[in-house]
Amino acid sequence: MNQDQIKAVIETVLFVSEEPVKVKDLVELMSGQANSDAVESALADLEVDYKGRNLQVRQAAGGYRLATRPEHGWWVKRYLKRTTRSKLSPAALEVLAVVVYRQPVTRAEIEEVRGLDCSGVLHTLMEKDLIRIVGRRKVVGRPLAYGTTTRFLEHFGLNSLQELPKLGEVSNA
Amino acid sequence: MTYKVRLEIFEGPLDLLLHLIRENRVDVCDIPVATITDQYLKYLDLMKVLNIDVAGEYLVMAATLTQIKSRMLLPRSEDGHDEEDPRKELVDQLLEYQRYKGAAEDLRNREEEHEEVFRRALTGESIEVADNTPPEDVSLGQVSLFDLLKAFEQVLGQIGDVGRHEVEVDEMELAERLTFVMKRVGSKGTEFTQMFDEGTRRIEVVATFLAILELIRQRQIRVQQNGIHGAIFIYPIMMERG
Repeated sequence: MNQDQIKAVIETVLFVSEEPVKVKDLVELMSGQANSDAVESALADLEVDYKGRNLQVRQAAGGYRLATRPEHGWWVKRYLKRTTRSKLSPAALEVLAVVVYRQPVTRAEIEEVRGLDCSGVLHTLMEKDLIRIVGRRKVVGRPLAYGTTTRFLEHFGLNSLQELPKLGEVSNA
Repeated sequence: MTYKVRLEIFEGPLDLLLHLIRENRVDVCDIPVATITDQYLKYLDLMKVLNIDVAGEYLVMAATLTQIKSRMLLPRSEDGHDEEDPRKELVDQLLEYQRYKGAAEDLRNREEEHEEVFRRALTGESIEVADNTPPEDVSLGQVSLFDLLKAFEQVLGQIGDVGRHEVEVDEMELAERLTFVMKRVGSKGTEFTQMFDEGTRRIEVVATFLAILELIRQRQIRVQQNGIHGAIFIYPIMMERG
């Protein structure tokens, strides 16, 4: 397959896929006809091709997807008859921030940082699938340890946790 | 019956402290403990006036502050040894909390930006609608609870001193207040202080304020502030028919 053909296959797959498409999956799909180098360069090409378009090729949660552009968000919401996506509360964001930078982290450790009970918030975040239990600490009481999920990356439009700034470099005080 | 407000939008005693530090324009590392403690306790009083269920952690912090305040008054030992600043532990805690608060702010920005980007919906995926979310998800938008409390305090201040007696809210029907507030807000919104007429009794001010908090929780109104110390405005949230 030449570069144009590979691009065509990838664009098509991105269009029909409901989840971010991983490079690995694309290589597997075109096994024998395109290697990962060819797939990656085709993806990079596509990203550039879409620069001037009304949709974008976007990296998300370790894969690629077709998505709308932020400047058209208002129209999408109007079309979907939806006011706004449910946003997270300040308390939920604070707990999430501690989980992101300290994972795996226990409830006691989160509460120490915030100086406030957070069992309710943890429960909500679990329900929203933004955090999950990743194990237990090997200390007395064997407390649960929490970490972030793939859904977390998607919610914040992140490709990986490495995209987040270092703790303390975003201080806004 | 006494109406108890149970809002989960408090961000905790550390958050209140940071708020006071910022408002007094002082350095976190060199907190004027006496001043900050007084202001902190004043906020707790205000919450009591409103009959807000103050979490135990706020009281623990009040005790800690009072203790630090008294230790600051003790004369330093004379053998020349540098004793540890009694504020150190609290300062460390505040700095640590501040870092995570910054990170939370960063997440908020990312969430807001990403909120405008849409992907193909999963087949049969129902769109998340905001109104069945649990109370933890109450967001005041750009106005913090502390800002609201401050505005409330100013209104109360115009009536008379903030007393320490128990205020019974039972004679006011909350439902009636909710309707009153919604009417005042109208379809275009209004300024916070416009909610309270001159000569309003103290008890009515408290009831109206509680009604405002309740309506925020129910997502019927939202509040917005012009700048850090600017006027606070209340707007209705229009329900779109889905």
